[in-house]
Amino acid sequence: MSNDTVYLIASLVKAVVIFLAGVHVVPILVILERRISAWVQFRIGPNRVGPLGLFQPLADLVKFISKEDFRPATASPMLFGLGPILTALPPFLVLAMIPLAPSIEIGGRQLALSVVDTDLGLLFVVALSSLSVYGLAIGGWSSDNKYSLLGGLRSSAQMVSYELALGLSALAVVAIAGSVSLPEIVAQQSQFIGFAENGRWAGWNVFAQPLAFILFLIAGFAETNRLPFDLPEAESELVGGYHTEYGGTKFALFFMGEYVAMLAISLMISILFLGGWHFPGDKAVIDWAVGLVGAEGAAISWVTALIGHLALLAKVGFFLFLFIQIRWTLPRFRYDQLMTLGWKVLLPLATANLLLTGAVVSWS
Amino acid sequence: MDPELATTIAFYVFALLAIAGSVGVVANKNPVASAMCLVATFVAVAGLYLTLSATFLAAVQILVYAGAIMVLFLFVIMLLNLSHETFEGISVRRTMGGAIAFAFIFISIGLLWGTGPKPGEAMSVRPGTGLEIGRTFLKDYVFPFEMASLLLLVAMIGAIVLARRPKLVGGDR
Amino acid sequence: MSVFHYYVVAAILFSIGAGGFLLRRNLLVMFMSVELMLNAANLCLVAASSSFDLARGSSFALVSIAVAAAEVGVGLAIIIAWFRLRPSVDAGDLQELRG
Repeated sequence: MSNDTVYLIASLVKAVVIFLAGVHVVPILVILERRISAWVQFRIGPNRVGPLGLFQPLADLVKFISKEDFRPATASPMLFGLGPILTALPPFLVLAMIPLAPSIEIGGRQLALSVVDTDLGLLFVVALSSLSVYGLAIGGWSSDNKYSLLGGLRSSAQMVSYELALGLSALAVVAIAGSVSLPEIVAQQSQFIGFAENGRWAGWNVFAQPLAFILFLIAGFAETNRLPFDLPEAESELVGGYHTEYGGTKFALFFMGEYVAMLAISLMISILFLGGWHFPGDKAVIDWAVGLVGAEGAAISWVTALIGHLALLAKVGFFLFLFIQIRWTLPRFRYDQLMTLGWKVLLPLATANLLLTGAVVSWS
Repeated sequence: MDPELATTIAFYVFALLAIAGSVGVVANKNPVASAMCLVATFVAVAGLYLTLSATFLAAVQILVYAGAIMVLFLFVIMLLNLSHETFEGISVRRTMGGAIAFAFIFISIGLLWGTGPKPGEAMSVRPGTGLEIGRTFLKDYVFPFEMASLLLLVAMIGAIVLARRPKLVGGDR
Repeated sequence: MSVFHYYVVAAILFSIGAGGFLLRRNLLVMFMSVELMLNAANLCLVAASSSFDLARGSSFALVSIAVAAAEVGVGLAIIIAWFRLRPSVDAGDLQELRG
């Protein structure tokens, strides 16, 4: 087998694995969401299907699939079907750009653990995540229902407004790391707190960029349409917003898009601000683990990747919990408050932060 | 699989998608469907940039065109609620316009054939990485770069001034 | 692939855009056709930049993308302002400036 064939097969395997992982995160998040919401509201939550109610998502899935595939008579058939697909697709494309662990050695070659191995990772993540607005807008518009239309309009305006703050706060991290490559941004944060030998910041970016971290987090909430920014589907104002007319499998696709987007944004926060797969004392832990299994040669990189991946997953799990917890804690914004926050608070703060960071980086 | 062959296949897929999408833009009666076809065209053109190894421009193309410009288009179409549009019929003058445009395809390809590079000519695939483009901008073309940012600022202010609801004299609506 | 192939695709895209601009009366669709033509020009620039091994063509394409963004912002604002004046997006109704 030639090198190209090996590369092609490795890429395909990575793509399939990441896709399946993304799909399987959804039921886990569904059951977590329902149990955590119950915990927040002093209820018990779903506990009948299977042990501890763990099979509840499976029952939900059966319900979604067996429902009637309904379409309003005046809805345009093609665009109506396109909406959910365009919502579910971009988050998976974003996942494909994100490295999940340090690269491993296989057959004497380095293999990056992201589906797409590009040095413009951050740029593509921002670009692709902005595509998910089409699904919501098209779905809302094609339903031919005034509430759906309002939901679609709201989502497109909201996405465009908060994308700016999201991109600008991520750019501050790029200024510090000096790269838009996600593995390099992680490599720059190799220490918990501290400077590298050449005097550059080498700790987690959350300590160097606390403001950018908060802005990115808020904009991330808005980009995934989660409370307190769920105005496109605000059920007390718009019935169901853009997905009012959707049911069955199509509704499930909207649902899946939202949860995978949540996963992707949690991964991005962990990678940009919380050191990715680094954690305090990670070198000692990896040395200990390598000694424990007696790994040598290429196997060391495999152990490193596994431990790094688990560390990253722990951080992602924390942010997913935060997402769910906040949804059931905070009330929704009013629409003018949403726009004021996006354009008059987040955007100037992100711009000022970027200018300040640029000045400090170029001065030092 | 040969990378050369993969590039060729990708080129034809993206080229066909771009052309089909652009035909969809022009031929669709429904402006929202037109806009979605245009999004498909832009993504396909980004794919063509990728086959040229212009990764940075592909990202910018998706970010700016598909991510911002078309969302704005869609927003305006939905805001004006232009749902029931019909094709405007064919007049003699506009048929001539279409014929001219159709002829232009052959004229331009003919000109290319006469004076441009030949189909067989190999090309070095290095259109400038993001780093090189950045250097070009900040060394040789600082002034155009600054003018572009100024232009964007002016356009932003202009758009706000133009689109804001005019204040009515004597009471509000 | 040779740069010729890219030029041909660009020529076809440009012609379809020009045809759309001339054939359609809907202001928004006409505007979208203009974007199509701009994209065809950009594709030419990037392909040429690639065949001459220069970063300049790509830089120019980047500037033209920025200009396109500015143009769309202003253009759509004008369409909204016009729509407020007279609820129609038919280019044939734009006769206010006729003496």
